[in-house]
Amino acid sequence: MSAIPNAGVTQVAGELIATRRVGAYHHLTLVAPGVAELARPGQFVALAVGGSTSANLLRRCFSIHRVSPSGTYGGTVELVLAAAGPGSTWITELPLHGQVDVVGPLGRPFPLPNEPVACVLVGGGYGSAPLFWLAEHLRERGCHVEMVLGAASEDRLFGAALARRSADGVTVTTDDGSAGTQGWVSDVLPEVIRRTGAAVVYGCGPMGMLRSITEVATREGAVAQVAVEEAMACGIGVCMTCVMPVVGNDGRTRMVRSCVEGPVFRGDRVRWDAFADGYCVVPEDAVGAPPASGGH
Amino acid sequence: MVDMSVTLAEAHLPNPLMTASGCAANGKELSRFFDVAGLGAFVTKSVMSAPRSGRGTPRMAETPSGMLNSIGLQGPGIDAFVEEDLAWLKSAGARALVSIAGSSSGEFADVAAALRNSDSFGAVVGVEVNISCPNVANRGLVFACDPLASAKVVALVREQLPRDIPIFAKLSPDVTDISGIAAACVKAGASGLTMINTLLGIAIDTDRMRPQLGGITGGLSGPAIRPVAVRAIWQVRAAMDQGRFRAVPIIGVGGVRTGRDALELVAAGASAVQVGTATFNDPTAPMRVLGELEALLEAKGYAAFTEVIGIAHGQ
Repeated sequence: MSAIPNAGVTQVAGELIATRRVGAYHHLTLVAPGVAELARPGQFVALAVGGSTSANLLRRCFSIHRVSPSGTYGGTVELVLAAAGPGSTWITELPLHGQVDVVGPLGRPFPLPNEPVACVLVGGGYGSAPLFWLAEHLRERGCHVEMVLGAASEDRLFGAALARRSADGVTVTTDDGSAGTQGWVSDVLPEVIRRTGAAVVYGCGPMGMLRSITEVATREGAVAQVAVEEAMACGIGVCMTCVMPVVGNDGRTRMVRSCVEGPVFRGDRVRWDAFADGYCVVPEDAVGAPPASGGH
Repeated sequence: MVDMSVTLAEAHLPNPLMTASGCAANGKELSRFFDVAGLGAFVTKSVMSAPRSGRGTPRMAETPSGMLNSIGLQGPGIDAFVEEDLAWLKSAGARALVSIAGSSSGEFADVAAALRNSDSFGAVVGVEVNISCPNVANRGLVFACDPLASAKVVALVREQLPRDIPIFAKLSPDVTDISGIAAACVKAGASGLTMINTLLGIAIDTDRMRPQLGGITGGLSGPAIRPVAVRAIWQVRAAMDQGRFRAVPIIGVGGVRTGRDALELVAAGASAVQVGTATFNDPTAPMRVLGELEALLEAKGYAAFTEVIGIAHGQ
């Protein structure tokens, strides 16, 4: 374990103490002393996979589902993940009491409103993981909280039952209609914002969904705060791989690191026009952008 | 206790461990995990004259025991670098080995001049010249693949810096004869060499049937390339020992993850070691490797780090 005083982050050997399947996902509980005490909703942890001689060197970053600073075993951190590639599969196959190196908490948390305004929390797939913890914080402040959960199918929804405890209202959508309303979260979101008079829409999920959440929220006069899921190699701001174009306070677009300046951004600051087909290009008007090719 | 101090040309360092350029940002981020002043030197991310956005994404692909990166030299430009990053490193008490880059030999010289004129120049213990950049004047061929272009950059940078500031040319392994490039750099005034930079690679996304990186090609780094680094250091050290050109210190870099890995590069001829991609896996890697290397030397009965530099030659 290593920690510099007041750094706001720690590196610790986490121990897996509970694991269970939730639909298509894995819900893990790790004892990670120091992380739980510092973390706030929207922050994430970066896990090393495969042990000290692993051929998979890059950290795997996961949004924190919830924390318990004073559990029986010390502070715990809960994560929800899908076994997608070799790294996440290794994590889901960890035996009970197996160890995994944890760095966290990382990134900027969801900003919380100063007034007890209505909020809508929108999650796509297991992107909903941090929203329940966020909902608790918002309700403690007197906010009316509604959740909108969407996924391709019922088994890919995360937390529909949990949402009924965490929020004042829940709307579910699935692409195939296997649960809730058939369609996308953006189909039901305008009605929820209007009915609740929501001032803030929080979103977590794939890029395309965050873009449409932002568009709907802006149209309905609400502020979107979205947590992005960019691929990261380190999670701590040194590798420069997780950049995306975001407009700063000075109105200029910069390629910023989503690990340290995000993962939560105001939706209307993200240059969604730069994302297409799995790529993100550097907008021509970005600071330090290469001159446009072709012509003079 | 092993004496870990080492002298690289005019730079006297308390130990031989460094970050690797582009793998550690400019200090603040890693200072959340360890005291950057504890390193022999902190090597900054290559800086050019103007701010650069770098490339679009995806910028990385994981590969067996390594990764490909295609960042595109994103950076703040030399003016903002010296005002913010170098000033911070100075205030943190770090020894900075500043990596500079350019798309023309003149740009390298301009960046070196701006660095020399900065208020925080006192924190600089050396300059690393990243010649693995495309040379606009030569259809984008990287400087480091051309002995004449490499020599020109080194000579122009040398002119801009005081004699007591050593300059290290960072060599690419993607050449037919690395000793030939090394010789050209040393003859042009390089105080030392850093080797190796990344190797060029491509990964294909077989779901989308297209290159995985937005920039198509990327630099391969990580433990997968360590034997290439050891080979390059070995060849250049041997060429120096044979008197083909003046012997200068080599800073070894490439795939170091443990103290034992670092010792491999040192035994092959490196006088200092940078830890790069391993830092993504473990933020404390540079300091951990220092501790492991010291413990290993102690266990083997050495009194000083300098005893093992190049020790594998002629055994």
